[in-house]
Amino acid sequence: MLKVRDLKVQYGNQAPTIEHFDLDMKKGEIISIVGESGSGKTTIIRSILHALPYQTRVAAVTLEFEGKSLLSMTNSQWSELRGTDISMIFQDSGASLNPIRRIGKQYVDYIRTHRKMPVKEAAALAEDMLAKMRLPDAKRVMNSYPYQLSGGMRQRVGIAMAMTFQPKLLLADEPTSALDITTQVQIVKQMMELRDTYGTSIIIVTHNLGVAAYMADQLIVMKNGRIEDKGSKEKVLRQPESEYTKKLLQAVPELEGYRFV
Amino acid sequence: MRGKQALTHFLQIVIVLFGISFFTFGLTYLSPGDPAEIMLTECGNIPTEELLEKTREELGLNEPFLVQYGNWLKGVVTGDMGISYSMKVPVVQKLASCFWPTLQLALAAVVLMLLISIPLGVLSAVYQNRWIDYLVRGITFLGVSIPNFWLGLILLSIFGVQLHWVSVSGGRSDLKSLILPAITLAIAMSAKYTRQVRTAVLDELHKEYVMAAKMRGIKEKVILWKNVLPNAMLPLITLLGLSFGNLLGGTAVVEIIYNWPGMGSMAVKAISCHDYPLIQGYVLWIALLYMVINLTVDWFYHRMDPRLKEEG
Repeated sequence: MLKVRDLKVQYGNQAPTIEHFDLDMKKGEIISIVGESGSGKTTIIRSILHALPYQTRVAAVTLEFEGKSLLSMTNSQWSELRGTDISMIFQDSGASLNPIRRIGKQYVDYIRTHRKMPVKEAAALAEDMLAKMRLPDAKRVMNSYPYQLSGGMRQRVGIAMAMTFQPKLLLADEPTSALDITTQVQIVKQMMELRDTYGTSIIIVTHNLGVAAYMADQLIVMKNGRIEDKGSKEKVLRQPESEYTKKLLQAVPELEGYRFV
Repeated sequence: MRGKQALTHFLQIVIVLFGISFFTFGLTYLSPGDPAEIMLTECGNIPTEELLEKTREELGLNEPFLVQYGNWLKGVVTGDMGISYSMKVPVVQKLASCFWPTLQLALAAVVLMLLISIPLGVLSAVYQNRWIDYLVRGITFLGVSIPNFWLGLILLSIFGVQLHWVSVSGGRSDLKSLILPAITLAIAMSAKYTRQVRTAVLDELHKEYVMAAKMRGIKEKVILWKNVLPNAMLPLITLLGLSFGNLLGGTAVVEIIYNWPGMGSMAVKAISCHDYPLIQGYVLWIALLYMVINLTVDWFYHRMDPRLKEEG
C-alpha cells in the first residue's frame, strides 16, 4: 500500500538529509524506524505526509500510497488525505493542540473538516473515540485544555484523534518518548490493538529499540540519512548485517542476563 | 479568593495614587513662582502686596506644606480638586470637558489602527518573504519614520487648505473634525503595530500545533482565523493597553495642530500658565487611567488564557 523508491530529501542547500531510502509496506503491517537523533527518521514520515518546511526538496523515483503518487498533489488533495486515510501521532500530542482552546472544540473542528455533520454529532463521535482509547470521563477530557491532562492522557487523545476516520496508515513520531515506562507500555499495547481491530498499517519512528522491536514486523535501522539495516524483526535482531546495528544492539542494557529487545 | 484579589488590587491602586499625589503636590510646591502672583497677573493687572497677601490667605498658601497637602487631599477625596488658576473653572469640570474629546479621538485612532495593522500584519506574516511582505515592510518602515506633526500638517494642508473638506481652525470636537487627527494618529501607530502583528503571527505560525492541525487536514484558513490569530493577539494586548493610556493622556502634538480641545492641548496650556491645581489634577487623573487600563489588561489575559485562570 505504501511504496517508496530512492527517496531523497534536502533542506535548502545543505547536504541531503535522506538519501536512497526504500520502503515497501503491506496492509496491516507495522514498520519501526530506529536511529539516533539526526539520523533522519522523523524526516521520512514527514516527507510522506508532505509536512516539511518551506524550501525543502523532496525527490523520489516512486512515492506511492494505494497506487497514487504523493509527489504531485494539490493543497486541497492533501487536505483531504491528511487526517483521514493517513494520520499522524506526535511525540507530545499536547503540543499538537492549541494550548488555549478546549480539546473538544479542536476535536470537533477536525471531525467537521472531513465530514459534514452537526456539532453535537461530531462531539458524540469524539467522545466515543476517547472512550475507546480508554480515557475515563471523555466528557471531562473534551472540556479540558491540553495542559490539564497528564502526558499519557494527552497521548491517548492524540491517538483517538488520529484514529477517528480509521486511517489506512498511521505515522507515529516518537509516540512514547515523553512518557514514563508504565505509560509507554500501555500506549504501545494500545497501538498494536489498532492494527488488530482496524487493520491499520503503522510506521513508528523511535530511538527506543525496545519499543521498536516489540511492535515491529519490519525494522529499519537508520544512520546519517541512510538505511543501515532492514528486514524482518527476527532477521535484523538476530543476524544484523551492519556493524552499526550490532553496536546498537550491544548498547541495550541487560538485566539478569536477559536482553530487553 | 476572587474577593481577596480584588481587595489587594484596590489597595494597590489607593497606595500608588496616594504616592503620586504626594509627589506631584510636592514638586509643584517646590517649583519656582508664587501661585498667588501668577493667578492674579493672569487677569492682566499688577497686584498690590496687600492683594497678594489676601489671595495667599484665601488659597491657604501660608500654611505649612503638610497642611496644604492635607487640605488638597481632602478636597480630592470629595471630588474637589480646586479651581484652575488660568481658566477660573473647577479643575474637575475642566478635566471632564477635555476628557470626552480625547476619549473619542483615542478610540477612533485605535479602531482605525487595528483595521489597518491587523490585516496588513497577517498578510505580511502569511506571505513571509514574498513580495507582499516586502511591500508591507517597506510601507511600515516609511510610516515609522514619518513624524506625526509633519503628517498632520500635510493632511491639513491638503484636506483643509486646498480641498476645504475640513475646517482649518478646528476647536470643535464633532465627527467631521475627528477624522484627520484620528487618521494622523492611526497611521503612525499602524506602522508600529503592523510589525508587531507580523511578528506575533509568525511566532504563532511556527508552533507545533499549527503543523499538527495541517496534518489533520484542517484548512489553512481555519487554522489562521480560529487558532493562530486569537493566540497571536495575546501578546499584543499589553502593548495596546499602553498605547491606549498614552492616547488618553492626550497627544499634545496632534491635538495642538488640529486645535482639538482635548487633554493634551489642555495639559500644555496648564503647564505654560503655571496652573498648578490643573497640573496636579491632570497627573492624578492620568495615573488613575493607567491603573485602570493595566487592571483591564490583566483581567483580559485571565479571561483569554485558561492557563492563567487556574493560577488565579
